Amino acid sequence: MLRIKSDPNVCIGCGLCRIWCKVEHSPSKNISKAFKPAAPPTLSCVELEERGCESFASMCRHCEEPLCVYGCITGAMRKDPQTGLVTVDRSKCVGCWTCILMCPNGAIVRDERNGYTALKCDMCLERGFPSCVEHCPNDALVIEEVEDV
Amino acid sequence: MNAPRNNSRNAIQAPQRKASDFRIRSNRLAEFSVERDYDKCIKCEVCIRQCSFDVHYYEEEEDLIKHRSEDCVGCQRCAVLCPTDALTIRPNPAQYRAHGSWSSEHVKDINLQAETGGVVLTGAGNDKPMPVYWDKLLINASQVTNPSIDPLREPMELRTFLGAKPDGVEIENGKLVTSMPPQVQIETPILFSAISYGAISYNVQKALAEAAVELGTLFNTGEGGLHPDFYKYRDHAIVQVASGRFGVHPDYLNAARIVEIKIGQGAKPGIGGHLAGEKVSESVSITRMIPAGTDAISPAPQHDIYSIEDLRMLVYAIKEATNYRVPVSVKIAAVHNAAAIASGIVRAGADVIAIDGFRGGTGAAPKVIRDNVGLPIEFALASVDKRLRDEGIRNRVTLIAGGGIRSAGDVVKAIALGADAVYIGTAALIAVGCTLCQKCYSGKCNWGIATQDPYLAKRVNPDIARKRLVNLVKGWSHEIKEMLGGMGINSIESLRGSRSQLRGIGLTTEELNVLGVAPAGN
Repeated sequence: MLRIKSDPNVCIGCGLCRIWCKVEHSPSKNISKAFKPAAPPTLSCVELEERGCESFASMCRHCEEPLCVYGCITGAMRKDPQTGLVTVDRSKCVGCWTCILMCPNGAIVRDERNGYTALKCDMCLERGFPSCVEHCPNDALVIEEVEDV
Repeated sequence: MNAPRNNSRNAIQAPQRKASDFRIRSNRLAEFSVERDYDKCIKCEVCIRQCSFDVHYYEEEEDLIKHRSEDCVGCQRCAVLCPTDALTIRPNPAQYRAHGSWSSEHVKDINLQAETGGVVLTGAGNDKPMPVYWDKLLINASQVTNPSIDPLREPMELRTFLGAKPDGVEIENGKLVTSMPPQVQIETPILFSAISYGAISYNVQKALAEAAVELGTLFNTGEGGLHPDFYKYRDHAIVQVASGRFGVHPDYLNAARIVEIKIGQGAKPGIGGHLAGEKVSESVSITRMIPAGTDAISPAPQHDIYSIEDLRMLVYAIKEATNYRVPVSVKIAAVHNAAAIASGIVRAGADVIAIDGFRGGTGAAPKVIRDNVGLPIEFALASVDKRLRDEGIRNRVTLIAGGGIRSAGDVVKAIALGADAVYIGTAALIAVGCTLCQKCYSGKCNWGIATQDPYLAKRVNPDIARKRLVNLVKGWSHEIKEMLGGMGINSIESLRGSRSQLRGIGLTTEELNVLGVAPAGN
C-alpha cells in the first residue's frame, strides 16, 4: 500500500506542501485563482509542525484502526479494504465533527465552504499523485510502499 | 490565513544594543533589486521562510509581503521556490554614474570600507572578466586519415592511476619485478576538490563522499578533518594536512587513499584561512579537534615548511606514518614561479602535485586577494608540465589541475595540456544548488551548502545531492569519451600532454609559447 512519508531531517519548513494542498482542495484547483481575495477560503489537509529549526509536514496516517471511521455516525468515513485509504464521502457527511474529536492526529479539518463536511487527506485520489509530494522541493515528502497500516 | 505570521526564524529578537553598535549610515546602493508582482503574489510566505538575510517580511497593516532590496544577495532562492513566479531578482538598475575607471563595484567597496574599516570579504572564485584560456583553445578531431571512434560501440578507457610512476619497468618470466610506488585507481579523471567540513555542511560533504564512492573517484576532506561518520568512505578519501593541522591524527592519515599537504589555494594564494567561531559547532569541533565556538585559524604558511628540504621532511614523515602505502600529494596555488616550485616538490618526494588556478573557489577570502593574486590554471599547468618534462621527472609525479574547470571541454583541454586528472569544486557545488552569490563567508547560505546552521543545512538533501553529483560527473565522462573518440583516441592516457590536439585562437605568440600550442590554422 502507498503512503506519504514525512522526513523531518530534510524538511526545510517552506510550507509549499500546505500551499499546494490548499490549491488541490480549492474549487478552481488553480494556484493563481485559489488565493484571490474573492475566492472562497482555502483549506489544507497538511499541517506544517515546527519548533525551532525542526519541522515536518503532518497529515492523515490512514490508521489501521481508524477511529474516525468507527466514530462516524452516517457511514461517510470509510476505509478502503484494498488501498487502506481512509476517505470521506462528502455527500453522506452531515458535519457532526465526531471524526475530528476521535482523530488522534488532528488530521481532519472542517470544511464550511459549502455546507458542513469533513475534509481530510485522500492522497489526491482524483489528481492521481499527491500534490504535496510532487511539490516538495527537498524530497521531505515521499511516497513509500508499506506492508499494511 | 492560518499560517503563523511571524515565524520564529524571522522574528527579530532585539538584543541589548549599545550606542556604539550602530553602524555608520550606509551610502551604498542596493546591489540587487527585488521585484514582486503583486498580482501573482499569494502571500504564502515561502520567500519569508527561505531568506536567511531577512529580505522579505509580512506587513500586517497592509496585509502584504514586502521586501528590503538592500539586504538581498541575489542567490535566487526565493525566486526559485516562489510557487507563482511572482519574484524577479535582478541587478539593481539604479547604478552610480557610469565611469570607465571607477566601476560601481569599486565605488561600493570603497563605501563599504569607509563604513567598516575592514577587509572586504567574499566567497566563491574570481568573478572578474579575466581571460579564460580554455575558451581560446580548440580541440582536434579525426577526418579521413585516421578513424574516429564511437565510444558507445567500442571500448573507451577513462581509468586513471594517481601516484608516481617508476623510471622504467623490468619484467622477468612475465612478472613485474620493479617495485611500484603506491597507485590509486580512479574510474574517471575527475576528482572532487578539497572542501572542508566547516566551510560546507555535513550533508554536502556526505553527498560528495557518497558520489565519489558511486563514481569510483575520490573526494577531498579539505583541511577540516574527517568526521567520524565519514570513515566509512575511507577508500575514496583524500585527506588534507594543512597549516592549521586540524583533525590530523594517525587514524586520519591511514584512513586516506591519498594524503595531501595543502600549501596554497588558488582563490587566496599566500594567505591562510579563518573559520569563524560561530561555525565551529560541536560536530565541527570534534572533527577539527579544537574547542567548540573557537575560531579555527589556519596560518598563511606551514610553520614547519620554509624550504623544499622542510617539505621533504613532512612528505616523508607522512609516508612513515602511513607505512609508504599511500601517495602523498602537495597542493599549491598557481603562482608566477609555479614551475620551479613544482620541480622542487617532485624532488621533495611528492607523488602527486595539485595545482589550483586563480579562478578556484573558497569559502572566504579577502576580495582583493581573490581578484588580483595568482595565475590562470592553464598557464601554470602548461609551464609545470613542460618544466617537469624538460627535467625528465614528469613520470615521478601525477599532476592534478583545478580552479575553474567548468565543463567536460575544460577537462579534455586540461589533460591535453599535461594534467593527469582534474579537481572540480565549484562545478560540484553548483550541481548541489550553489548559485555563486559569493556569500559563503557569511555562514547564511540560503542553499544550505556553506553553512552550519541546522535550519539552513537541511536544505541539502544528501540523497538528491548525491544523485545530482553522480549525474554531473557521468555526463561529463560521456562527453569526454565522445571527444576522445572524435580525436581517434581510445584511452585518456593517450591524450595526456598531447598538446598537438590543441590549437590556440586569438592568442599572442607569447601566450601560445607558454601554453605550448600552435595557433589555429597551423
